[in-house]
Amino acid sequence: MNNEMKQHVVNALKKNVRIDGRKLVDYREITVETDIASTAEGSARVKIGETEILAGVKMEIASPFPDRPEEGAIMLNAEFLPMASPEFESGPPGMPAIELARVVDRGIRESGALDLKKLCIKKGEKCWMIVVDICIVNDAGNLLDAAALGAIAAIRDANFPTYENDELDYKKPTDKKIELTKTPIAITVLKIGDCLLVDPMHDEEASVDSRLTVTTTEDGVICALQKGGLQPILTEDVDKMLDLAMEKAKVLRKLL
Amino acid sequence: MSYDKRHDGRKDNEMRPIEAKTGVIPNAVGSAYFKIGNTEAYAAVYGPRDLYPRFLQDPAKGLLRCNYNMMPFSGMGNRVRPGTNRRSKEISMVTKNALNPVVDLHEFPNAVVDVFIELPQTDAGSRCAGICAASMALADAGIQMKDLVAAISVGRVDNKIVVDLDYKEEAYDGPVADIPIAMVPSTGEITLLQMDGEVSKKQLMEGLELAKEALAEISEIQKKALKDKYNVVGEKK
Repeated sequence: MNNEMKQHVVNALKKNVRIDGRKLVDYREITVETDIASTAEGSARVKIGETEILAGVKMEIASPFPDRPEEGAIMLNAEFLPMASPEFESGPPGMPAIELARVVDRGIRESGALDLKKLCIKKGEKCWMIVVDICIVNDAGNLLDAAALGAIAAIRDANFPTYENDELDYKKPTDKKIELTKTPIAITVLKIGDCLLVDPMHDEEASVDSRLTVTTTEDGVICALQKGGLQPILTEDVDKMLDLAMEKAKVLRKLL
Repeated sequence: MSYDKRHDGRKDNEMRPIEAKTGVIPNAVGSAYFKIGNTEAYAAVYGPRDLYPRFLQDPAKGLLRCNYNMMPFSGMGNRVRPGTNRRSKEISMVTKNALNPVVDLHEFPNAVVDVFIELPQTDAGSRCAGICAASMALADAGIQMKDLVAAISVGRVDNKIVVDLDYKEEAYDGPVADIPIAMVPSTGEITLLQMDGEVSKKQLMEGLELAKEALAEISEIQKKALKDKYNVVGEKK
């Protein structure tokens, strides 16, 4: 990004406005739709402004990990499709896609919302594996918050397929849902200059000094953190960022 | 038991419901969405832009590049592993060949126009939906074209010749032929023709006739979607 654009972003922030006129702590309009792909066991579309992501859940039969014979598994993957941005290229996931998938994965896993023991079918032999794929349709900034919201919405939407006599029938969904006891929500707070803001657009992301993604559950427990950006942050920043993230998480949670 | 009635009650020459939109991906130069039944395709066009590696550049004209990709959760059965495979590569190639005859890139020497086709869900006929979306996206991007390309699959299910087979019909337990066709509706030129299954010459020709009707219909839907993006406020649709 050129220096002029960054200067423009910073100057606007100094006057407490964003380049699209929003307040620092405001999100763009968010919509969450579920059951958008009939081929997936669960699916969701999340739009935050012009950012759009699709999340789909496929459920497979797998063998439990040898060190956790009584547990099923969850896997989260993100595809930064080249259709979503001129900056994305075909090929294996790059660093941003890997980071996004891992941060969303940690938020769900560590929240304890999902009891992996309930996904075990036969100890040491068979279990369910939940695969959540996040596909970016259009990147207009803040992919992480959108992806985390989409992942939870898609998991909640999912129905187990029929599994009888060692045969999996995807065409016959059952009434059984994946049990989620909590709703982890990820909020990314950005620091640009002395300003803290949420829901960045692309140009704001490119101007970022540092960012902190905070995943929290409704009981106020922080279950995942990820600091990004090239500049360091101070304890005081963390304090404010956490407060802001927890406040915004409440708003986003209501959309599910 | 013969296949007398289509399982979803459609007439032989009846397609599944179609939905078409353009300008669905703001980042792209041109984009489109085409849904037929439960088969759904997005297409995004980027470019004309520089083409690398340089030895691929053509100083006479720009190059069209197509990439067909199923989202991991878009398959009828198991998860589709991300990344290319032999099937997606072949479909990308035939898609490019289906679109190339209508696209004029002489104004853009050494450049490339990329078309990315992504499928969130599929229920047969995905390459045809992809081609329909891609040709609309190219037009939306303002690329010079002599016409749109419309595509549909026709086929034989048992002794019936039908248009727009869905997955259930393709998987029918009996003789089946699936024939994806892409055509330039104004000239009747066929730019994609594939077939798998078993079919007689007579049945095939009958299928081609059915396809022509359906493709004329699709072409109108595509044009309407392109015009809809530019509806003037207050003007009647």
